[in-house]
Amino acid sequence: QEKEELIEEWQPEPLVPPVPKDHPALNYNIVSGPPTHIITVNGKECINFASFNFLGLLNNEKVKSAAQASLKKYGVGTCGPRGFYGTFDVHLELEERLAKFMRTEEAIIYSYGFATIASAIPAYSKRGDIVFVDEAACFAIQKGLQASRSNIKLFKHNDMADLERLLKEQETEDQKNPRKARVTRRFIVVEGLYMNTGDICPLPELIKLKYKYKVRIFLEESLSFGVLGEHGRGITEHFGINIDDIDLISANMENSLASIGGFCCGRSFIIDHQRLSGQGYCFSASLPPLLAAAAIEALNIMEDNPDIFQTLRAKCKRIHKALQGISGLKVVGESFSPALHLQLEESCGSRENDVKLLKRVVDYCMNSGIALTQARYLEKEEKCLPPPSIRVVITVEQTEQELDKAASLLKEAAQSVLN
Amino acid sequence: INHIVHNGGLYKRPFNEAFEETPMLVAVLTYVGYGVLTLFGYLRDFMRQWKIEKCQNATEREEQKDFVPLYQDFENFYNRNLYMRIRDSWNRPICSVPGAKVDMMERVSHDYNWTFTYTGRVIKDIINMGSYNYLGFAQNAGACQEAAAKVLSQYGAGVCSTRQEMGNLDKHEELEKLVARFLGVESAMAYGMGFATNSMNIPALVGKGCLILSDELNHASLVLGARLSGATIRIFKHNNMQSLEKLLKDAIVHGQPRTRRPWKKILILVEGIYSMEGSIVRLPEVIALKKKYKSYLYLDEAHSIGALGPSGRGVVEYFGLSPEDVDVMMGTFTKSFGAAGGYIGGKKELIDYLRTYSHSAAYATSMSPPVVEQIITSVKCIMGEDGTTVGRARVQQLAENTRYFRRRLKEMGFIIYGNEDSPVVPLMLYMPAKIGAFGREMLKRNIGVVVVGFPATPIIESRARFCLSAAHTKEMLDTALKEINEVGDLLQLKYSRRRLVPLLDRPFDETTYEETED
Repeated sequence: QEKEELIEEWQPEPLVPPVPKDHPALNYNIVSGPPTHIITVNGKECINFASFNFLGLLNNEKVKSAAQASLKKYGVGTCGPRGFYGTFDVHLELEERLAKFMRTEEAIIYSYGFATIASAIPAYSKRGDIVFVDEAACFAIQKGLQASRSNIKLFKHNDMADLERLLKEQETEDQKNPRKARVTRRFIVVEGLYMNTGDICPLPELIKLKYKYKVRIFLEESLSFGVLGEHGRGITEHFGINIDDIDLISANMENSLASIGGFCCGRSFIIDHQRLSGQGYCFSASLPPLLAAAAIEALNIMEDNPDIFQTLRAKCKRIHKALQGISGLKVVGESFSPALHLQLEESCGSRENDVKLLKRVVDYCMNSGIALTQARYLEKEEKCLPPPSIRVVITVEQTEQELDKAASLLKEAAQSVLN
Repeated sequence: INHIVHNGGLYKRPFNEAFEETPMLVAVLTYVGYGVLTLFGYLRDFMRQWKIEKCQNATEREEQKDFVPLYQDFENFYNRNLYMRIRDSWNRPICSVPGAKVDMMERVSHDYNWTFTYTGRVIKDIINMGSYNYLGFAQNAGACQEAAAKVLSQYGAGVCSTRQEMGNLDKHEELEKLVARFLGVESAMAYGMGFATNSMNIPALVGKGCLILSDELNHASLVLGARLSGATIRIFKHNNMQSLEKLLKDAIVHGQPRTRRPWKKILILVEGIYSMEGSIVRLPEVIALKKKYKSYLYLDEAHSIGALGPSGRGVVEYFGLSPEDVDVMMGTFTKSFGAAGGYIGGKKELIDYLRTYSHSAAYATSMSPPVVEQIITSVKCIMGEDGTTVGRARVQQLAENTRYFRRRLKEMGFIIYGNEDSPVVPLMLYMPAKIGAFGREMLKRNIGVVVVGFPATPIIESRARFCLSAAHTKEMLDTALKEINEVGDLLQLKYSRRRLVPLLDRPFDETTYEETED
């Protein structure tokens, strides 16, 4: 009887709390037509400085015709996971091509960029293992770490001294309990070019730390694949490091390759394990063949024109210089990084007000023909929330006049809004 | 046989589900089989360690041999010794559209499945009973493909941005309105991957201090989403309403475990059709319980959308219920619509909240435009809005195929699990040797089937799983049935003793839940 009363009285919270109508993330920009170099946002035609289309392959005719051919042969969907008649010859070809391009033994493809690193980390690192990860790691890495239930140790962004301190502390812990230490795996997870700050990670020092403290390195190259290095192979080529020194390289194909999905590459010893224990690989449908064919064609273009990487980097340097000295906004990111952030030099007190101010800058630019966006984060979920910023993306299709126009427009916008 | 459930008044149609008990002799022989394999496994490992037998596994780099080993030897025991023997039943590469008939690339292994080589020959016209192609939309010609081709040439293949930044195309908005109309809900939101839809949105809906009641046999994506959310998870026995009611009562009466504070929310996670069992969720009872105990229902219709119901609207229509009773309707576009991705439908407040706080909207790239167009065209076809009755005909064809196929298999004497109306048909194999044998024999006869064993199923309940499609004609089904009959006699698979155990006698004991807190 008492139980029935308790059941009657209990009132749950509403399933979701109401969201205010003017929440900045609620009203999406509507893009009519393809998100290419000239983009129509909310009815206005602008030059696209917001899509990660670094090599301009989104609108490439050869890529589109390869995808069309694949569509005529296979249809759209694969109707099954890789294990159950969802493996197509295009998938096998793409994996071979990626492995050859990156000069590793094997590669594995996922059908969603976010799921790539979020499934790769829990496949190797389990409860009781230790992962050292940079503070500015992107959200997908954070979710992968959360799913793995390992001990997470954050080190300050790009601070090798801090990482070494943590590694030394771990070493002293190990000496107290050598039996446990012999079965505890250790990993370092870093990104080639960080999405949240636009910096590059100091890979040569990391390799030294790897061999000194016996830790494995997982490298996330979503922004640096197809950008850094002489042939676009990423940060290992940029620094001239032997690719076998990195245990696992993971990247998504949604930036430079202008397709959908992601891949991991490395030695067979490591990659083959994911075929049975990568959750996003085993329990999810495989990549639609037309997207795989588009990625193969994009790889062909990358291999045939190795000078686009130099061009892209030159453009990045140009705009990086042009954006220096805007009053009120500071540029965050390396000079050769194609995804920069513009943060407020001085915050006006609360994050909400900063966001509103940046929105006014973005709207000013959009009204004058340059499409920009603010970098979006889930404020309550991020471990180390970066400050609000405007994301500026440089692609190889932007001409020098357009770059200069964007820089001067941003100067104007900052002047009028922030002063 | 009509099973009248004790909540029979809630059901407007007969609910026939059966899970025949494993015959005792078969169970014993299966354990013996696994025992022999394990012994051989130890023997082979021993020989490999002492270099009597060549070790064909990939190994660690020389420079990294003194690192902590990446894999524990024992973890891989099953992989090395049991999985390797029958590895050729999985990951079979195909090279044509995954429709009712499919072309497969032939591969051979000269070293007992450690490596495969492709002979270059293509095995043509294999009857495909493994792809999730319920309504036959996996086509490379026709209205859907032409529309997708047009959109591909206009928009390109990728999007290169997230929904909240610059990736929200007008096509996405069109798709979401259409999906909401199809389901009969206020509003819907679409995502690029079905797995990710669950794992990224459940954490947005519930958090610490909430309770999740999840079915025993829920899919890995639901389990991962529940774990990532940080809520307390309790598991109730598969499709067992007494178990669920007991958990609900206990939860409300006793509150949170240590503090005794009341729970913030209770969310029940169920699937429409369970893909390994072929069972359909008892939705009328779940909804009645949900209303009585004021909890929320999350329904994952990955397999049932498009496949159940007179007009393909899923399990809610199948039972004649209202979509408003289900708080969160989730589904995927991979199975019945021949595309890729997932969706969530529900009230406008729910979808607005997800647009703002879903992990996928903020960090993951949006769907590819030709895929979106395929979904739009196929949904319009199912609803009949493209001016033809093709959609309706397909739904009816699937229902007929299902009934016919299941009836014939039961008549032949196989043990078939699941509900009579579910297009997923698991046929029990039990013994480990028969898993490999069944797959290979069927392939020799030009029929492609899916076999599953441990760890996707309990260790002695390995099975072959047939996925029916509206694209299968009666001739194809008859051919398949004839071959299954032959192979069944050859491998002695006809275990059924024709004693249908009524559903209510499925054992239910008092010790029901395990609590997992992250």
